[in-house]
Amino acid sequence: MEAHEEKPIIYTMENKPIVTCAGDQSLFTSLYTSLAQQLPRESMEWRRSYGRAPKMIHLEANFVQFKEELLPKDGNRALLTFPFLHIYWTDCCDTEMYKASVKDDMLRWQSTLRLHGSVDWLIVVVESEAKKKNKTNILPRTSIVDKIRNDFCNKQSDRCVVLSDPLKESSRSQDSWSAFLTKLRTLLLMSFTKNLGRFEDDMRTLREKRTEPGWSFCDYFMVQEELAFVFEMLQQFEDALVQYDELDALFTQYVLNFGAGDGANWLGSFCAPVKRWSGLLLRRPIDMEKRELIQRGEASLLDLRSYLFSRQCTLLIFLQRPWEVTQRALELLHNCVQELRLLEVYVVQGALDCWVFLSCLEVLHRIEGCCDRAQLEANCSHTVGLWTYATEKLKSLGYLCGLVAEKVPTSEDLNRTVDLLAGLGEERPETVNSLQSPYKKLNEALSSVEAFEKHYLELSHAAMEMYRAIGRMRSARLIGKSLAEFYMKKGDPERAEGFLDDSLRSYVAEGWSLQVTHTRKQMAECQKLLQQTEDYLQTSALLAGDANLTEEERKHFCQEILTFASQPPAPSDQTVALSMAAFAQLRQMQFSPPGAVVHVGAALQLELRVRCLMPVAMQVEQLAATLHFSLEQGGARGRAGSAQRRTGQGPQGQGDGVVLFPQGSPLAGAGMGALLPPALELYEMQDRSPSDSSLTSTGVVCKNMHLLLRRHDSSASLDTPTAGALPAAVAVDDGAQMLRARDITLQPGDNSILFTAPTGEPGSYTLRQLCGSVGRVQFVQSHIYPVVQYEVYSQEPQLTIEPLSDNLLAGIPQKVKFTIATGHYSVKKGDALQLSNTDSMPILHSSCCSATVLSSTGERMGESALSIQSSEKVTSISLPPTPPYHTLEFQLEVLCHIPPTPFKPDIERLTNGEVRHRPKSHSHADSGMINIDQKVSIDCPWSIYSTLIALTFYVPFKAKHSILSAGKRKYIQVCLQNVSDTNFHLADPVLTERQPTVSMELLSLNVKKQQPVCSQQSVFCLWEMRWAKPLPLCLQCAFSASFAPVSASDTHTAFKPYRYEFQLDRVSTLYSLKAEILPPSGDQHCRTGALCGLEVSITRQAEPSETEGEEEESTEIEGLRTTKLMYEVVDNSSNWAVCGKSSGVVSMPVAASATHRVQMEVMPLFAGHLPFPNIKVFKYLPHNAVPAIQPDTDSCLENDTISLLDKGLDDQGDTASIRSRGSVHSVGSGEQQRGLPMPRLEPFSPGQVFYWSQGRQVLVLPVTDDHVMEVNVT
Amino acid sequence: MAVCIAVIAKENYPLYIRSVPIQNELKFHYTVHTSLDVVEEKISAVGKAMADQRELYLGLLYPTEDYKVYPSHMIIVYYTPVCMFFLLIENILLYRHTRYGCVTNSKVKFVIVADSSNTSLRDNEIRSMFRKLHNSFTDVMCNPFYNPGDTIQSKAFDSMVSAMMVQAS
Repeated sequence: MEAHEEKPIIYTMENKPIVTCAGDQSLFTSLYTSLAQQLPRESMEWRRSYGRAPKMIHLEANFVQFKEELLPKDGNRALLTFPFLHIYWTDCCDTEMYKASVKDDMLRWQSTLRLHGSVDWLIVVVESEAKKKNKTNILPRTSIVDKIRNDFCNKQSDRCVVLSDPLKESSRSQDSWSAFLTKLRTLLLMSFTKNLGRFEDDMRTLREKRTEPGWSFCDYFMVQEELAFVFEMLQQFEDALVQYDELDALFTQYVLNFGAGDGANWLGSFCAPVKRWSGLLLRRPIDMEKRELIQRGEASLLDLRSYLFSRQCTLLIFLQRPWEVTQRALELLHNCVQELRLLEVYVVQGALDCWVFLSCLEVLHRIEGCCDRAQLEANCSHTVGLWTYATEKLKSLGYLCGLVAEKVPTSEDLNRTVDLLAGLGEERPETVNSLQSPYKKLNEALSSVEAFEKHYLELSHAAMEMYRAIGRMRSARLIGKSLAEFYMKKGDPERAEGFLDDSLRSYVAEGWSLQVTHTRKQMAECQKLLQQTEDYLQTSALLAGDANLTEEERKHFCQEILTFASQPPAPSDQTVALSMAAFAQLRQMQFSPPGAVVHVGAALQLELRVRCLMPVAMQVEQLAATLHFSLEQGGARGRAGSAQRRTGQGPQGQGDGVVLFPQGSPLAGAGMGALLPPALELYEMQDRSPSDSSLTSTGVVCKNMHLLLRRHDSSASLDTPTAGALPAAVAVDDGAQMLRARDITLQPGDNSILFTAPTGEPGSYTLRQLCGSVGRVQFVQSHIYPVVQYEVYSQEPQLTIEPLSDNLLAGIPQKVKFTIATGHYSVKKGDALQLSNTDSMPILHSSCCSATVLSSTGERMGESALSIQSSEKVTSISLPPTPPYHTLEFQLEVLCHIPPTPFKPDIERLTNGEVRHRPKSHSHADSGMINIDQKVSIDCPWSIYSTLIALTFYVPFKAKHSILSAGKRKYIQVCLQNVSDTNFHLADPVLTERQPTVSMELLSLNVKKQQPVCSQQSVFCLWEMRWAKPLPLCLQCAFSASFAPVSASDTHTAFKPYRYEFQLDRVSTLYSLKAEILPPSGDQHCRTGALCGLEVSITRQAEPSETEGEEEESTEIEGLRTTKLMYEVVDNSSNWAVCGKSSGVVSMPVAASATHRVQMEVMPLFAGHLPFPNIKVFKYLPHNAVPAIQPDTDSCLENDTISLLDKGLDDQGDTASIRSRGSVHSVGSGEQQRGLPMPRLEPFSPGQVFYWSQGRQVLVLPVTDDHVMEVNVT
Repeated sequence: MAVCIAVIAKENYPLYIRSVPIQNELKFHYTVHTSLDVVEEKISAVGKAMADQRELYLGLLYPTEDYKVYPSHMIIVYYTPVCMFFLLIENILLYRHTRYGCVTNSKVKFVIVADSSNTSLRDNEIRSMFRKLHNSFTDVMCNPFYNPGDTIQSKAFDSMVSAMMVQAS
């Protein structure tokens, strides 16, 4: 019991608020155990001032015996030793005793308290049944309590509590316990609130005085820390931390203000030179040494910061927030370094590094001490910063102390080391036994080169591993790079190489050019040491072309290459192949001629523009591009335009045979190129139908879709850098064919190199590899992209003949163009084209033309006269000598005779004996022009076979004839239509009989002079026939005329004949037909709706001749020869309704002037001048006669019901006619099905029947009251 | 204020990087590049939630002894120049089409490095710097002649960055 009463107050976490106990000590001792147990059992809500959130708090207390010394004296602000509550214990139940001693004691106690201004007190009266029983003369218990209350608690009756039977297990005792404890807690909290509030107020007042001259941060620190201690004591770590954070912030602000020129006096002590840099100490809850230093105002900045952080660290660990410790630690370390710099505190060089290093490790140790391994590994990201920081610091210490060198440290280095170690002081007692303490580590690391290396590598690898584990590859590589630097310093390039390579790859992959340059420089150094000649040269080449370097550096690296290149090659080693990308960039290639398609042996030049990246002019012995030759393309294609498209119209192509190379960044296309999406490469695509090469579809094709649509894995770019820092070894392939340029000097910047391309063999040539040789070094670009290729073709000689105009017209001389593409054939002197003459198409060579020679590119080379000799069979054209792959052009005039129309195969054969040369003619569907295919057979000097070439001529005219009658008189009309696009003059139209008969005369009714016939217009010519004897049944006529194009200069010679032959059959008029419409009797005019009489009279005009007699079917009845005719009244314009009989058969006597009259009834349907209905007459042939033609209507014979034959039957037609139409159909179909022999109808040929009343009209008057019309529909 | 300002493309190559003390350029490049680790970590950690969030400022993430690196990342929705052209046609249907077809989500990152000794720099100042940077960058993107993914070569952007750096001294 004495132990905890007398326990010295030390600053440990076992601190509890002090509660003093006065009065009956033995009574208290008996109750102490249960009191100490029960007090913290329940939590109380602690309401706090200044709006701070209320907290639930478990109270504990340190009960000590009341002594007057415990009470705080004035000005002592120590809160930890402050008694928060004073309790007076008594079990007095005897009034006498109370009056005798207890009351006095209490009074003394009260006055002491009052003296010290303490109002937090409590009087506990313990009652027990046992005591009561022993003493029977006791007053009722209430009286004692009442007395006490009366005496002491004049206003605060609650300051006296009764605890009944505390040591008994009864409900009464329980209740009194809990009431007592609640009271105790409440009073304790009240005391806290009151005292802490007062304390805080004091503290605030103190803080407000901080601008006053005498103010000291250290003093204030002690005060606020007291508060923090109390909160810590009350297990309110959060609040305790806040106190420290406030102190931290206040101090930081002072330092910042100092930096800004507003210095506080007290800060001077912190500006003293740093003498000790022993690092943080986190193993003790409170670092008393440092605290005392602060208390004495002797602390340095590092001491203060260290102490503050150690307290924060302790609290954070209590709060289970170790990761915040690491984060704060890093901030603190950075901050301290900055603050020392800001305050211009003198620090021995390296001392801060020591401090930071030790502190980092100390923090890490502390964290390791309170976390398990799995937790640590899962939270690498929090600790790795400290690891890296420690590594950095160790590294800089190593450099400082001469530990990173091939040599041993100098004495100066050793002195420095000793100074640094001296500042560490003695090792702290806590860590003396630990083998891995930061102190020991630093001591060891600085002791020797080997130990340093061991520790440094250990730390570096640990940090790198952690970075890798959490995926911070860039940070890991940065450490790797600094390791590489370390190894390079140590003269160990082998180990450095891997790290450098790794870093370089990532920088290249991510396109950070400065880092690439820097790392590459280190790489070059490393490779040089390793004597990796090829790699070194490659790196040098890249560096020589690196724009980030200075001119001198670039020249140096360039010189390295040149030096190597100029060394005589050792017998063992071959030339060194380096990537071209570092050396030069291809800009563009230009073909001349631009088409990049040439014939065998032609000159093709290729201009290559390269941008040389070297800083000095480079003498290149040979620049060669190997060619890939393939036969399948080009040779077969000939001069197809597609070849041109391939080379000329690439995405970067500008046409004209220019190929532009895409320009990447100076990072040699490896970095940015790999990451940036490539540009769209669009090509035009045309789909032509194979038969007539018409365009069926066109579109745009993306050629590099596979690159664009590839899924980009952004994370993969770092881990697996695809584009290496150094391009893979480039192999020089020895192609058979190559473009070569020797001894060129490449100036820095753009250069232009001219190549002559080999065109020896037909095929397609693709540029594959570009290789420049500089001494032993070769710069190779293994692929040229976009594809550059040219084509060489070989061509057979070719002859084409094509018209000069759109259509060749037959009948007049036309010019045709002969084009000879000589191909590989050279036209020698004396070579001639032999054209077989044909009668239908003579070749007119009167105008002696000249031939033009064109080169393959279309340039005009020369002109020479053609000599044309014509014999009976052959026309020979001697060609001027022409070199191969040239074009020879000349024009010839040809004339295609128009065959007399209409064509019939037998006529055709007559004009041309040879079947092979037979012109084929057929009507041109669209223009209505008749065309003639004229084939020409040509023997060419380069071939033993004849060439057949078809020319199509069009007949410019179309002729039609017709016979016109006027009673017995006959006229022949010929209509000549110009179907061509040319205007012509027409002269001398003549109509003749082909077998002239004396009896007939053709009297021309035409104008004599020339007539123009414009395009698509017609000319009509008319002749009257006169004859003496009866005409023959068939007349053969021929129309001929001369025509010449209007544009022809010499009209007389230009006139060419046109002939049209035709035949006329049955010319003479046999019958004449006369119709008369009679108004109803008593009326002068016809009226609508009124029946009129139609009288048709058919008159035989001519005697039957012998020739015609055979044709007419006549019958002899009663000695009279008659023929049967069928007549039919048809009204196609629905003007008339034929009522009753509309057709019939009459027998005509075969004698002149025999007349037959037919009466019919028609009814006009409209008013006005109505044309007569048509009357048709057919030959009526009995069924046994063979029909000459199929009659149009074979079912309408004698069908009287047909009244309206018009198609447009309107509603006003009577019902009977509608019905009859139905019956006609049924009858017609029935008869056809039966297939019975039927009489036939045969029309007369035109001119045989003459209609007198053709075109006559009759006046029909309207009826007055015909407004109402009844329509019946059944 | 700032000693180094960098704009970094989605693919982590620098679109723009400028630093004030020329002699330390390389160091800044290393710093900015390494800070991408933290930025990436943060972005992936926050993940999708970030997309909805208007606040793209990641706070001080990569302090070093000498510098404070403030990264920010942004999700910019931009139209490729082709789409801009479509927009000019102001065909609503086309607009809709391009919205679904051509809009790219770009994770462009901004990094501002400030000198650690410059302690007067407040968080909201950094924020406003980012806002300015963002606006200026958006202007660059809106230029129809700017090809997204190219390094930024804009006088306006340059002068804005210069202004932010000049404020430092």
